[in-house]
Amino acid sequence: MLEVQNLSMRFGGLLAVDQVSMDVQEHEIVSIIGPNGAGKTTVFNCMSGFYRPTGGKILYRGQEIQGKPDHKISRMGLVRTFQHVRLFSRMTVVENLLVAQHRHLNTNLIAGLLNTPSYRKREQKSLDRAAYWLDRVGLLELANREAGNLAYGQQRRLEIARCMVTEPELLMLDEPAAGLNPNETRELNELIISLKEDYNVSIVLIEHDMSLVMDISDRINVINQGRPLASGKPEDIQKNDDVIKAYLGEA
Amino acid sequence: MVARNFGHALFCAMITLIISYPIVGFDLVFTGLSLELQQVEAGTIAGILLAVAAVFVFQLFRPAIMGTLARLVGLNPLANRPPMEQNKRLKLERGALTIIVLLALIWPFMASRGAVDLATLVLIYVILALGLNVVVGLAGLLDLGYVAFYAVGAYTFGLLSQYLGVSFWVALPLGALLAALFGFVLGFPVLRLRGDYLAIVTLGFGEIIRIVLNNLTSITGGPNGIGGIPDPTLFGMEFGRRVKEEGNASFHEVFNLPYESVHKVIFLYLITLVLAVFTLVVIRRLIRMPVGRSWEALREDEIAARSLGLSRTAVKLSAFTIGAFFAGFAGTIFASKQGFISPESFVFLESAIILAIVVLGGMGSQIGVILAAIAVTILPELAREFSEYRMLIFGAAMVMMMVWRPQGLLPMRRIHVQLNRLE
Ligand SMILES: Nc1ncnc2c1ncn2[C@@H]1O[C@H](COP(=O)(O)OP(=O)(O)OP(=O)(O)O)[C@@H](O)[C@H]1O
Ligand SMILES: [Mg+2]
Repeated sequence: MLEVQNLSMRFGGLLAVDQVSMDVQEHEIVSIIGPNGAGKTTVFNCMSGFYRPTGGKILYRGQEIQGKPDHKISRMGLVRTFQHVRLFSRMTVVENLLVAQHRHLNTNLIAGLLNTPSYRKREQKSLDRAAYWLDRVGLLELANREAGNLAYGQQRRLEIARCMVTEPELLMLDEPAAGLNPNETRELNELIISLKEDYNVSIVLIEHDMSLVMDISDRINVINQGRPLASGKPEDIQKNDDVIKAYLGEA
Repeated sequence: MVARNFGHALFCAMITLIISYPIVGFDLVFTGLSLELQQVEAGTIAGILLAVAAVFVFQLFRPAIMGTLARLVGLNPLANRPPMEQNKRLKLERGALTIIVLLALIWPFMASRGAVDLATLVLIYVILALGLNVVVGLAGLLDLGYVAFYAVGAYTFGLLSQYLGVSFWVALPLGALLAALFGFVLGFPVLRLRGDYLAIVTLGFGEIIRIVLNNLTSITGGPNGIGGIPDPTLFGMEFGRRVKEEGNASFHEVFNLPYESVHKVIFLYLITLVLAVFTLVVIRRLIRMPVGRSWEALREDEIAARSLGLSRTAVKLSAFTIGAFFAGFAGTIFASKQGFISPESFVFLESAIILAIVVLGGMGSQIGVILAAIAVTILPELAREFSEYRMLIFGAAMVMMMVWRPQGLLPMRRIHVQLNRLE
């Protein structure tokens, strides 16, 4: 469903991403791994429309999306999380999930002012969906808290829930396990698999936690210094000499 | 401590001297046909020196003075009180607003004509400030040209009445809609700008509209303005002594009352009050609707909001347009109240005053903004003898506010959506 062809991104003199290609099929978890500064987040930023890539193509369901505005890409069903959690921290938890469902605000301005039944029904539906996902990620009791006051692990889960209420087809997670304890990481592992199995969402995952990556990925792409290093099934990647060298070199 | 501040204090004192002496210390006097520069009397010079000394001493002991002031704020028992429960707060707020509105309803029948007239002006500022509050306080867009939309509303009514004989009630929605249209069209290109740039461009737009009105002499009458703008009618009843338009009745004749000019003033006041309440209610509702939440989300974290599919332009434009709409309302009423408009009523200072009301009141807070609008419009009237110092007092008040309560009189506390089904 997603195909990245020879993607390049140059920042001044720095070629942060150099000829990276990859693809994601329906119902698949694909990981991007690589040492710090390899260019993984930059690939995400290109795919989600935050950067206009300096070279290459990104096709989503056959349609070129590189350089499109980010909110349009998001509305097509490609939704992302951020390496550094970005919540609306002074809004409550449930409001964070409501905002994510506010794409078509112009249509219901008058209806909202008049508080028509159809408007109320829509609002109720948004609330129900928010409640459902809060329950799903175990934050229902905290629904009326300010999002900024949540513990770090809870903020990460809220960010994923906030993506899910938009009903994405492809979810891009940037280091979702960073800063989580082993317990939380295990829960995250189960959540991601369930998103794929029960909600039919494909996932692109950037992650440094190798056990998590090897555990849940269908395929893995390795990037090193902006260049593609290897790609394949987890077993193959684990045995790949180049990959081992790149990681040992870093350590 | 004092030694370290000495150099700085000396410097500040010097600056004070350099700025104030040439401005205050000399007088331009006509002697025959030529201008001459003359020293002013010794008293003024002494005053300047006193001011220089005051600045020096203040800067020298500044940390100590400011520390004491900060402690004085800390003594305020209300300062560190825990925030109120939301439901309680909502009830309190609603109660306060209802009482304000009820008082405002009865009051004109007991007050003098001049007071009611002034109160109408206050209400116009309340509408303006509530509207600008949407743009600045809620959507976080610094708009320095807000007065332009006020002008659009006023001139819509002025021109329509002059050329087409349109009445107040028809012009009211038209003025607001046209102002909103202007907001939409002007907002489109500028809203991709951020912060300071947006402020400068909106400032420019405000001036452009005023200058166009000033120079389009053939249509708008230029600096001479437009006069003879009609008063509102009540179901075809006019409030003047004699009926101006055919087919209209006159209020005092219909109700068999003796003619009194105060009827008209009270009527206009009541209309303005109704519109102010309308503005208040609509905006209160908007805040709790998806649009309102989107404004807040975009203000909090634009990147996250966009990543969720919110269009930056659409969200900001909605705030800009809605703000302009209410300015158009206010403009139409203003035109009707004055009966005469000219570009002079829509200078940058007006934008600045409205913005000051929003900031003083506490950005985003509606009750705060209403109180600030009352204070900013009425205080200069009460202190007529100080009217020369109006801007000075105004400036001083702003500086004091920024020191003591940078968040405004009554900072905004949002009404949160509650999820109540916590099984
Ligand atoms: N906006 C930018 N301007 C200039 N350089 C950038 C920009 N964004 C990223 N870079 C550079 O591109 C390179 C790749 O950064 P990127 O954030 O994509 O790495 P990463 O693989 O996500 O690393 P990490 O694992 O630490 O998150 C880095 O050298 C970074 O400094
Ligand atoms: Mg990264």
